[in-house]
Amino acid sequence: MDENSSARLKRRLLGIVYRIGLFLAMLTICLPGLWIVLSSLRPTVEIMAKPPVWIPQEISLDAYVAMFSGIGKGGIPVIEYFRNSLIISVTSTIIAVAIGMAGGYAFARYRFRGKSSVFLGLMLTRTVPGIALSLPLFFLYVRLGIIDTHFGLILAYVALNVPFTIWLIDGFFRQVPKDLAEAAQIDGCTRWQAFWQVEFPLAGPGIASAAIFAFLTCWNEFALASQLTRSVSAKTLPVGLLDYTAEFTIDWRGMCALAVVMIIPALTLTYIVQKHLVGGLTSGAVKG
Amino acid sequence: MATVSLRKLTKRYGNIGIVHGIDLDIADREFIALVGPSGCGKSTTLRMIAGLEEISAGSIEIGGRVVNDLPPRSRNISMVFQSYALYPHMTVRENLGFSLKIAGAAKEDMDRRVAEASAILGLDTMLDRRPSQLSGGQRQRVAMGRAIVRDPDVFLFDEPLSNLDAKLRTQMRTEIKKLHAKVQSTVIYVTHDQVEAMTLADRIVIMRDGHIEQVGAPDEVFRRPATRFVAGFIGSPPMNLHEATIDDGQMVFASGEKLPLPGQFKSDVATGDKVVFGLRPDDIYPTGHGISSGGAGDVHQIELPITVTEPLGNETLVFVEFNGTDWVSRMLNPRPLRSGERVAMSLDMSQAHLFAADTGKTLRS
Repeated sequence: MDENSSARLKRRLLGIVYRIGLFLAMLTICLPGLWIVLSSLRPTVEIMAKPPVWIPQEISLDAYVAMFSGIGKGGIPVIEYFRNSLIISVTSTIIAVAIGMAGGYAFARYRFRGKSSVFLGLMLTRTVPGIALSLPLFFLYVRLGIIDTHFGLILAYVALNVPFTIWLIDGFFRQVPKDLAEAAQIDGCTRWQAFWQVEFPLAGPGIASAAIFAFLTCWNEFALASQLTRSVSAKTLPVGLLDYTAEFTIDWRGMCALAVVMIIPALTLTYIVQKHLVGGLTSGAVKG
Repeated sequence: MATVSLRKLTKRYGNIGIVHGIDLDIADREFIALVGPSGCGKSTTLRMIAGLEEISAGSIEIGGRVVNDLPPRSRNISMVFQSYALYPHMTVRENLGFSLKIAGAAKEDMDRRVAEASAILGLDTMLDRRPSQLSGGQRQRVAMGRAIVRDPDVFLFDEPLSNLDAKLRTQMRTEIKKLHAKVQSTVIYVTHDQVEAMTLADRIVIMRDGHIEQVGAPDEVFRRPATRFVAGFIGSPPMNLHEATIDDGQMVFASGEKLPLPGQFKSDVATGDKVVFGLRPDDIYPTGHGISSGGAGDVHQIELPITVTEPLGNETLVFVEFNGTDWVSRMLNPRPLRSGERVAMSLDMSQAHLFAADTGKTLRS
């Protein structure tokens, strides 16, 4: 065999190994999700079976039907939970992104006293686990009378997300050349117009990704929500999962079904927005 | 009418001075080049005129109106950036028409002016492309087009050609000159490239460390540099500049070698003065191969060894050793020369320059 054909063979073999590796990695990542979907369709007996039953024997949508069947027939107020989740996540995301844009822009474009310390301080807040704050927050909220309200949870989530959105959006504004805003100002824009006409559209993909992250954080958050909400009028979907736990039993199938209901909107949203997360939008602005 | 006047224009960042109170009057329709090494304050000056940089002291007038505190959009200026600064999310058409859109111009008016500008710059066929789909030269043209569309009082150029390759740069230089002839606006052009400044400008402003060293027509700054810095900065290859001490009508160099004092400076210096002697490569040449072959009287003949030659086709740069260092000379109608060969050189002392060694100012009275 000559050198060239052995090199070609080696390259092909490597390609195959590479694909197998990728498949295994993807499988590991996707398996839990798949398992949840499967479990929502199988009877609890099969879910709990030892040794595990890999191939489902019995498939039914009973859990989904039951979920919407109302209290007493195995149902939970899923519509209310969904509404609460949506209101809380969307509102806190909008606020966090708005603050993140203002803050990120300031950090990216302006020089001011104590800039790096303020930035570091913001990042340090991320090191405190949210759950550690839940008890103090609980007492505070009780005193303020905002326990078990949308407002209370929105406030907590905004605080949770703002450092992150500032940090992410700062990076994206840094990538937009300063010259562009200056050119826009010479072209007749005010500072404000220059921002909305030029810098905002160019940082758009970054702001969208910050929004997704913020939304998903709120949508999936459990620890704080479980402490700060009690009633049907404020509980979010992740907290709603607890409705499936009784004193002695856990309805795994129902829980998985609710998890699927939770995952679908998040997945859809991410899918819609990811098309707009195209990088390299600023290429061509400056030399190259 | 768009004259530009700078009065004691100053820029400081904290205690660090960048521009130290410069004065400059620019006539209507004049093409002015601000030139100097990096960090000399030329770009800062331009940005202050544009309104992108606040001024620390002094004043700026455009068309007789003080614009010190006006935002860029109220100064009726256009600027071409070094990076072009095209809006990447807009097509060429939208880039060109952006300023009109912001000003709320009518659609027909906008189309007409975009069409005019794109015709001048040959952009007609690429109006619907995005900046990322254009070559460097095309982007440069769009940037200029965007400036033209505004029909400004003053055009500001901030090193517009430095991102282009050498060939394109020469081409765009000519286009800028043509453009100026067509649009007849006042132009302030910042560059570090003295060739660009020489070829384009009506007057050149040479800056150094935030001060203006000299203002003058290209020919003037070339022939009568006011300071040693200007002499060394303008001209390529640069002027030969060497320190010497005056001793009884002669210049004594560090190595002890001597040259006669140029006749025109006889009354300006006295024995013991420290000077810098300057002679352009054009004024030192192998005898019989110079620009001023024969003619002018004050030619000093000397035999010098050759160190290196750089043939350029129609001329050769010959490096000869004198005073322990290389002096560059320009040889026209070149003949082959060998390194180490001693050749008779003519030094046209009537073209020589003398500067005071301490202040760097010319000694020409």
